[in-house]
Formats: sequence, structure tokens, C-alpha cells
Amino acid sequence: MPNISRDEVAHLARLARLAVTEDELDMFAGQLDVILQSVASVGEVAAQDIPPTSHAVRLTNVFREDEPRPGLAQQQALAGAPAVEDGRFRVPRILGEES
Amino acid sequence: MSELIRLTAAELAARIHSGEVSSVEVTRAHLDRIAQIDPAVHAFLHVDTDGALAAARAVDEDVAAGRPVASPLAGVPLALKDVFTTEGIPTTCGSRILQNWVPPYDATLVRKLREAGVVVLGKTNMDEFAMGSSTENSAYGVTHNPWDLDRIPGGSGGGSSAALAAFEAPLAIGTDTGGSIRQPASVTGTVGVKPTYGGVSRYGLVAFSSSLDQGGPCARTVLDAALLHEVIGGHDPLDSTSIDAPVPPVVAAAREGAAGDLRGVRVGVVREFSGEWYQAGVISAFNRAVDVLRELGAEVVEVSCPHFDYGLPAYYLIAPSECSSNLARFDAMRYGLRVGDENGNSAEQVMSLTREAGFGAEVKRRIMIGTYALSSGYYDAYYGQAQKVRTLIARDFAAAFENVDVLVSPTTPTTAFPIGERVDDPVAMYRADLCTIPANLAGTPAMSVPAGLSEQDGLPVGLQVMAPALQEQRMYRVAAAYEVARDRAEGGPFINRVPELEVAR
Repeated sequence: MPNISRDEVAHLARLARLAVTEDELDMFAGQLDVILQSVASVGEVAAQDIPPTSHAVRLTNVFREDEPRPGLAQQQALAGAPAVEDGRFRVPRILGEES
Repeated sequence: MSELIRLTAAELAARIHSGEVSSVEVTRAHLDRIAQIDPAVHAFLHVDTDGALAAARAVDEDVAAGRPVASPLAGVPLALKDVFTTEGIPTTCGSRILQNWVPPYDATLVRKLREAGVVVLGKTNMDEFAMGSSTENSAYGVTHNPWDLDRIPGGSGGGSSAALAAFEAPLAIGTDTGGSIRQPASVTGTVGVKPTYGGVSRYGLVAFSSSLDQGGPCARTVLDAALLHEVIGGHDPLDSTSIDAPVPPVVAAAREGAAGDLRGVRVGVVREFSGEWYQAGVISAFNRAVDVLRELGAEVVEVSCPHFDYGLPAYYLIAPSECSSNLARFDAMRYGLRVGDENGNSAEQVMSLTREAGFGAEVKRRIMIGTYALSSGYYDAYYGQAQKVRTLIARDFAAAFENVDVLVSPTTPTTAFPIGERVDDPVAMYRADLCTIPANLAGTPAMSVPAGLSEQDGLPVGLQVMAPALQEQRMYRVAAAYEVARDRAEGGPFINRVPELEVAR
């Protein structure tokens, strides 16, 4: 039976890059617990010899000819960017202060 | 109210192609209707007046010049779920994180609509990233069910279903990951079809759960859905899971079905789709629909699909797992919202602050459930086990289809519930997908056709018809036959029973 603590929710939020608030931690801790309990019944199915299905329609490798075709122009690619500098995506610093 | 908005897509196409009415007139009638009624319904997030009229004009020019029209639906207006990319037109997926995003390319489905001369009126409201069963998870406000404005229009495609029931468009597009086309169709008295997985291209469909997501047609009649199905279906080299096979002959099947003869057709009633979560009014409407199928000559038998009960839990592990991976692309770097890019915040901090501000509660819940289910130590017990359940459900379908041509069930356990009733109870919300999920997990096609009103509350009930992979024609035939018999018994098209909406002045 799963039992998700507030600390575990905080850990999941960190992994998922969600800066959740204290109030959200309280709310999600309760809700995630209920959700996980309601889906735990998948464990009841005796499925040792059952192969997993990840895609419903059986497809093997799909290939196409390696031919160049037009992609997005620079302007198009940058059109939705939150910040642009010198025709490139401008991003915040990648390395932390401590590194 | 213009009489044009009451017509079916097939009727509109016939009038436009014969020159009796222009596509511009038809398009204007629907744009006027949207202007009048959408303040109360809120089906649309964006209306593309100029683009729609330009597309309509192009069709009218073809007709005037005596050129062949681009498709059987050329000139007919359509409402597009805001989850397909549209070049030059905003695409938000109902999310704050994509507010004002204007995609640089068209989805394949959108390209096909444009090439077919279909007039795209605008983009419809939806649960954020298609996660939900009520459209209440949209960042842009709820959509109201035209049958009762205090109730939900279903979800995630509630904007599309409401647009149809409010006569704002005769055609719409939805996407169905766990029921997001069929359940909204059911609660709004409209028709919604989830094709075989891979039957309609996913290129340009913003991904939620890639192994389940499937676009499909929505309409007010079975024939209209079939006509749209043939426009949007077919192989696409840009989608590697697209099926390289002809689109099933669904239009011919809908016309054949309309003759009202189901002799020789074997129909299976799924035993597992009943019980404590089902409203009595839904069950009795469903039973009446099954009686009609029998009267039309079908042989009806009960079928057991024992693993269908595990569909809901398996789905609510698989879909969140895939969504936690897919939605990682919203990182505040290349497109969409960026929050907190100040005070020397790092990329990772900006990412976390942006996702916190840009995603709603249900999306956050699912991302975290998926993160949990995929973590080492839990993977086998949750995600791995759910993938095995998927195999067992596909086997249940295969065994059933050895004995019957189609399976039937209610589309969803209840009629439209009041806005707000389930927002704080995610698990109650999830139960709306109880009957629709197995077809997603197995990848098989299924559709919802209106099955009259519940005697309990006077709201629409849906009949779900399910078929084997790439055998869509079977379900269209059965649904069309049922539709004709239903309308004959009621003395007119079912959709005309939707109450007249107050028109804003």
C-alpha cells in the first residue's frame, strides 16, 4: 500500500522541476496518496508470463529515404522563444554558483 | 438564427457544391452564431474570422469556375481542438505555459483539412494538455454544456463537443487518449470517434501520452463523422506510428448502416461495464439502445472481458508516466512561458519557477505520479505491471471479437455532472473514463453515438460501439443503423432536442 509523505512529494516535485508551494505540498500529498491507492490494483493481476505491450499496433522499424528536406528557418525557430540574443536562444546561466 | 447552422455537414456540402448557397454565407452564419452564443458557452479559445472567410472564398471560387471541389467536405466549417499546431494561429493546449504561442508549422491533420477545403473557424477549449474529463482544467475558463449551462461538456475535448451541440460548427476535431472524444460526445448528445491507434497522424498533435493519443472526428451525425474521418485519416511518413494502410471505408459503411438492416451482425454487450458507478438512467437508456439493435436484426450476446476492470488503474499509470516525459519539453528555453529570469537565477531555477506558474494542478499531479511510477524501485510494480495489463486487455478484445463483430457499452457511467462537482476529487473525475479506456489501451477503434436521454435527469446518454483494429466500418454501420432507428422513433433528429440558448444581444 503506497503512502506518500509530504517529503516524498517535495522530492518528486524537485525531480519534475516544479517549484511547488507549501500549500500545494499539503494538497498533493493527500491527493497523490489516494490516486496511487486507486491504481495499486494493477498489482493484483498475476502477469508473470505476460509480455508488456507498449504499442498497440505491431510495427517494426520504420525507415524513410535519407533525403534532405527544408526545416524551420532561423526566424521561425526563434519566433516563439521567451528571450533571443544575436539570433540565438538566450538562456539563464546553466552552472550553479557553487560549481 | 440562420437555418444554415442546423444543417448537417453533408447537407451543407451538397448545397455549397451545387451553388445553392456559398461557403462564405455558411461560414458567416456560423461566425455570427459564435459571436452570439459563445459568451455563454465558451467553446472557443480563438476564432480565426479572416482565415475562415478566406478558406470559404477559395471554395466558392472553385464552385463558380466549375472546377471540381477539393473534397466532399469542401466549404464546410469546423471547430479545431486547440491541441493541434496551426501555423500563424495561436495554439495553447488550454495551458498558461503556451499562452500566445503561435506555432511555425501546421499539424498533418490541419494540412489535410486545409487541402480538403474544410473551413477552420477557430480553436476550441480543452482540459490542459488534454488531461481531464470536464474541460474544467483549462487555464482559460470552463466550457458550458449547451444542454444545461451549469454542467460540464465532458473532457478533455469539451470545447469541440459544446461547439457541435450549440450549433457553432457542424464538424469538430478531438483527440482521444482515454476517452476525450467519446465522453464529451456522450454528455453533449453528439457523435465522436476514436480511430484505430495510428489511423490519424499525430504529427503536430502536442503529445500527452504518445502510445495512446489519437485524433479523430466529431460531428452531429454518424455520416458527417465518417466524411471527416476519410478527410483526416491515412498514412503519414512524418508519424512513425502511423499505419501504412488504406483508411477503412467508413462513409460507405455509414450509408449502408442507414438502410437500417443489421441482420447477420453479432453484437456483444460487455458484462463488466455495469455496477455501482453507473447511473440507473444511463443503464436503462443503454438497454433500450440494445433493444433497438436487436429490432434491427442484430444478434446480441453477453461477453465477458475480465481484465477491463484493470483498465482504469493501468491507464492512470501509463498516461501520467508518458506525460511526465513528454511535458519535460516545457523548459522555458525555446518557446512558451518563462518566469523568474532575474536575480541571477539558474536555468534550472527558471525552469522550475516557470513550470510551477505555467501548469495547473491536474497536470502537476500527473507529472508527479508519472515521475513516481517510473522511478527505480517502483517501475516493475507500477509501470511494468500496467504494460502487462495492457496485453491482457488486448487479449480480452481479441477473444471477444472471435465471437462478435462489435462490442457495445454505455460510453460513460453518468450523464453530464454539474460544474465543480468533481474538481477536488481526482479519482471521481477519472471514473468518467471507465468504459472508454480499454479501447485506448488496446489501440482499437471505438465511437459514441447518442442513445437518447436519461429518464433520470433528461440529459444525453451515449452508446459506445467498439470494433477490432482497422475495422472501423463495422462500428460506423451499427451506429448509423441505430441513429436512423432512434430518430425515426423520436420523430426527428435527436440533436434538435437540445434547449434553445439565450442569445446575447
